[in-house]
Amino acid sequence: MPSAAEPASVCDDAAATGGILVVEDIVKQFDTPEGPLIAIDHVSLTVKPGEFLGVIGPSGCGKSTLFNIIGGLVDGYEGAVTVAGDRVTGPHASIGMVFQEESTFPWRTVIENAAFPLEVAGMGRRQRLDRARHFVSLVGLDGFENRYPAELSGGMRQRVAIARTLASEPKILLMDEPFASLDEQTRLLLGDKVLQIQQELQQTTLIITHNITEAVQLADRILVMTYRPGRVKRIVDIKLPRPRSSEIVSSEAFGRYVAQIWNDLREEASRGMRDDESRLKAAEHP
Amino acid sequence: MIARRSASLAKRAAPAALGLGTLVAFLLAVEVLIRIGVINRHIVPMPTQIAAAFERVIVEEDIPARFRLTFMEALAASLMITVVGVLTGVMLYRFELWRRACETWIAALASAPTVLMYPLFLVIFGRSAWTIIMMGFVAGLPPVILKTIEGLATTRRVLINVGRSFNLTSTQQFTKILFPAALPTIFVGLRLGLIFTLINIVGVEFLINFGGLGQLINDLAERYDLPGTYAAIFFVILVSVCFFIFTEKVERWLRPVD
Repeated sequence: MPSAAEPASVCDDAAATGGILVVEDIVKQFDTPEGPLIAIDHVSLTVKPGEFLGVIGPSGCGKSTLFNIIGGLVDGYEGAVTVAGDRVTGPHASIGMVFQEESTFPWRTVIENAAFPLEVAGMGRRQRLDRARHFVSLVGLDGFENRYPAELSGGMRQRVAIARTLASEPKILLMDEPFASLDEQTRLLLGDKVLQIQQELQQTTLIITHNITEAVQLADRILVMTYRPGRVKRIVDIKLPRPRSSEIVSSEAFGRYVAQIWNDLREEASRGMRDDESRLKAAEHP
Repeated sequence: MIARRSASLAKRAAPAALGLGTLVAFLLAVEVLIRIGVINRHIVPMPTQIAAAFERVIVEEDIPARFRLTFMEALAASLMITVVGVLTGVMLYRFELWRRACETWIAALASAPTVLMYPLFLVIFGRSAWTIIMMGFVAGLPPVILKTIEGLATTRRVLINVGRSFNLTSTQQFTKILFPAALPTIFVGLRLGLIFTLINIVGVEFLINFGGLGQLINDLAERYDLPGTYAAIFFVILVSVCFFIFTEKVERWLRPVD
């Protein structure tokens, strides 16, 4: 049984073994009315093929900025992101993104949503619908192919978004707090579904979250980030057995990992809270 | 099973039945109020008199031809506001400087009483259906432009990012995401535009006395044929109903469910 107390290191061992996704020394600064704000400060990480990496940090630590940088949606940063040796300079065909907000197209049915990347790639209608059906089935939405997103629950809509991203067959699945708007039970069950898909496809996955339970349930390694500026505070190897399911959350080892990561995060989250309070006070009494 | 089906049918028919019932109750109330002298019968005709006037108006005043003329004028103006309005809205969305330069003027035009410009249009287009169509076009254009800009500009950022993540070209981004996302708002603009267009078309037919239902309303009012006037107004409403049903069908076809 693994020990949560074993030392974690900010040194990314995956880098030595060669990763499919390599993030090197990223620095991202924003200009704000109060002056320049460093959102991400020298962040490096490497994701191995088939690995599930979690990135966790308090609100305001630059997680979503990192997500957008890796996805090629943000430019104007220092450092480099490479996928299988190919430098990311914009949205990359090998990276599929699942967003935090509800992102299905309300004017398309479930199957049409899932077939979207195949449609824009120019695939014929019959072929793309057949392919999309496979991914709809993979996320467990058989029988809902012809429903519209408005007719589905929040969890089902998020599964449609995942099916749509998987249909583009990305080398790396990048997810930004995909279950943030869902209730805890749905979140755990969807976590099961994501684990099952990830294991079935051996899909390299990077999930960004602020939910410790979710990160420990899903990830092989968890990268803990500091509050502003976002730096890598620690990398924790999660040595829980696979295949995993949501039942693992009741295990003793799971609890130890959660406690260890919370210890790291608590200090950062408190710093964020103090920072928010002092900014509010400064705004009230300029 | 049968009970469930009839319950579902009753649920679907209920709004239409309630609407029709309210209308009948209103007309009955007007009839009674006129008969007991609360409403002056020389100003408002009784609904039964209006109903009786329908046959006379249809036969003697050649309603089919007039209806067709007003309908075709409205159709031409509607097509023009749709094509020109949506295209202008798209262009102004894409070119921000132009948008910022023009948006206030277009909003001002939307609230301006453009019908008062009919003498100018008479000079330009002559006493013809084109004057009426162009008056309808000018009146209905601003809401379509403004709502097209609004629909495109308020497309949710995450949908645009989904398109970007799939590396869509700017044309694909527009046709596959921006435009479908903006459609409900564009249709709000189209409905508003249709209202302004139809009001102006009937109004200018009335003012310049050139064919159509507007002219008929003018003629009948001048003859003090009040039941006939109200019967003619019913056909104007019918034109409007036709357009709104058609617009709704097109919207449902383009955006089956929201």
